Amino acid sequence: MKTNGGAALIKSLELEGVEVIFGLPGGAILPVYDPIIDSPIRHILVRHEQGAGHMAEGYAHATGRPGVAMVTSGPAATNIVTPLADAYMDSVPLVVITGQVGTAGIGTDAFQEVDTVGMTRSITKHNELVTRAEDIPRVIREAFHIATTGRPGPVLVDIPKDIVDPTNPNSAMDWYWPDSVDLPGYNPQMEGDPALIEAAARLILASERPVLYAGGGILKARAAEALTALAELLDIPVVTTLMGRGGIPDDHPLCLGMPGMHGNYTAVMSMQESDLLIALGSRFDDRVTGKLAEFAPHAKIIHVDIDPAELGKVRRPDVGITGDCRLVIEELINALKILGTDTQPDRSSWRSTLSGWQEKYPLTYTQSQTGELLKPQFVLEQLRDNTPDDCIVASGVGQHQMWTAQYWKFNHPYTWINSGGLGTMGFAVPAAIGAKVGRPDRMVWAVDGDGCFQMTAQELVTAASERIPVKIAILNNAYLGMVRQWQEMFYEERYSEVFLSPDLPDYKMWAEAMGCVGMRVESPEDVLPAIQRANEIDDRPVVIDFRTDAREKVFPMVPAGKSNSDIVVGE
Amino acid sequence: MNTNPTEVRHHILSVLVENKPGVLARVSGLFARRAFNIYSLAVAPTNDPSVSRISIVVDVESAPLEQITKQLDKLINVLVIEELAPAAAVQRELMIATVVVTTSGHQAFRDTLGTFSAKLLDENADSFIVSLEDTPERLDVFAAFLGSHHLVALERTGRVALPRLS
Repeated sequence: MKTNGGAALIKSLELEGVEVIFGLPGGAILPVYDPIIDSPIRHILVRHEQGAGHMAEGYAHATGRPGVAMVTSGPAATNIVTPLADAYMDSVPLVVITGQVGTAGIGTDAFQEVDTVGMTRSITKHNELVTRAEDIPRVIREAFHIATTGRPGPVLVDIPKDIVDPTNPNSAMDWYWPDSVDLPGYNPQMEGDPALIEAAARLILASERPVLYAGGGILKARAAEALTALAELLDIPVVTTLMGRGGIPDDHPLCLGMPGMHGNYTAVMSMQESDLLIALGSRFDDRVTGKLAEFAPHAKIIHVDIDPAELGKVRRPDVGITGDCRLVIEELINALKILGTDTQPDRSSWRSTLSGWQEKYPLTYTQSQTGELLKPQFVLEQLRDNTPDDCIVASGVGQHQMWTAQYWKFNHPYTWINSGGLGTMGFAVPAAIGAKVGRPDRMVWAVDGDGCFQMTAQELVTAASERIPVKIAILNNAYLGMVRQWQEMFYEERYSEVFLSPDLPDYKMWAEAMGCVGMRVESPEDVLPAIQRANEIDDRPVVIDFRTDAREKVFPMVPAGKSNSDIVVGE
Repeated sequence: MNTNPTEVRHHILSVLVENKPGVLARVSGLFARRAFNIYSLAVAPTNDPSVSRISIVVDVESAPLEQITKQLDKLINVLVIEELAPAAAVQRELMIATVVVTTSGHQAFRDTLGTFSAKLLDENADSFIVSLEDTPERLDVFAAFLGSHHLVALERTGRVALPRLS
């Protein structure tokens, strides 16, 4: 069948099962936007290309399916660089299609030309500049395969205008769809080595103070149920990292919560005092380890990761297993059952140590006095307790993100969406929109900071016009709060360029101008009614401006560069 | 630049890659990003024109080398990576140089070229262009000899290497 590159591109996306594209058209990608009119794929017109990328990420986090974004060349490509880097750091499956100037113009500094593949090489799992129309179906098929298999990640496909423009002979091609992908250099190893799995099982059975250190890989591998089964088999406590929250329900008795720089005392110290860390889809990030030389000094390490480059990258494992987390955990459970679980050391003193810490060092804050601004933790507790258990919550980056990670109860996997590795301010609003598009059946809240909100708020116009009813809680403390916290603690309270003003902009009016319902809450008794009202609105986005106390700091905290054992519980 | 190619920190990576645009940039970019110094680099298609071999001599401790090897392996276009221990590899490099030699020294110069099995590629009344293909160590010795004359220009290729037969 004769076709052209543009029609073939859309057809290829349809065959990959794409249901939604987040995008914004422009010169070089124009020909591809014509066949979209006739395609069953939903297109969501964003207001800024960064929004398209983060929406695709939110969609992928919530659904497990690859997010797809499509933008034009030049400034559109540079605008989507941040989401690509974000998705690369957090292993989010994305396929991003960028327009490019015509093949004859490449390298001539043509209008809206940038070297997109050169620019994104180090922040994509793979990228490719397609130069012939007939390569489009193959490259799209490969892009989805690469993005979704092995360690997931973003793939960028850069497509010059002439090969998708039906009026240009360069776009002419015969339609085909490849039966399979042929990538001889790409063979992710899914199954763990049985000998290593047995060695890991023996280490577990011999350990007195084991901790399961579950990262984002648990969720990427759809291994939450397997993780819970492994924990329950031997009563091993679990910490869930910022990217792994929800990997085991927070209300599970074995769940210790989040470790790391702002982790709770028990989660942090359980790793420090452990004699065996079982790292599952986690990568010993500096925010988890603190000062590396003093991290978990007595612990042997079992490290399971789909990406062999993670094994030994930061901490050398005693047993390193390359493989898919779910498959390896299932094999590990089998191996443990075969070896027999009745000869284990007595772990009762470890359990009582942990529960003693939990009792002694819970998360705490002091409720506000009359006339004081809201405590952000109080707002989060109210939101947590007055939304469905399977509510999806997205956040930006900063204090509000840490409080959400600490205070929310993630009792379901795939309900927590945030920017962990890159720490992208402004992530929350577009990510929440993408999540709601992917899971329209779920309530989706974004918890945002006032600094973050100002970076990407324009996407609420997208949400309003597309009738995507997300709900945004701005914890408005009028500051770049996390920076303020560091300046207070480590720069002698010399506050440099962190004050933002509580009412410039007026968030309520801004929300209303964008087609949302806007509310402002200043006193504790108004928090719950506002949340309840927001929960009932299902035909447009809602923004609540919660006026919060800027003096409030995130604790516990392991100061940067310090050992986890130097954790500061509070003031 | 470290000019002693026998330095123990040197490792040879022999990398088979798909012969496609941008692949060399992907490989070299990875080294640059991890702040690893590429000591020498040679790249050309193999007998299979769809596959190129990149021979990389890197100046690095072994632990980071393991990491860079694993990162390289993640590149979709990288097919096979082999680390060659210098003792277990046959290594060759090519050098060409332009040298001015005083007239009285011409005969001795030509004689010495013969002992190195170097080739004379071009000459005029006072200058010679010579070439030598040999082990990196022999090239170092030859370069020192050329340096005792008036060396106008010297160029060395990256090192190519294959595993020894046994």
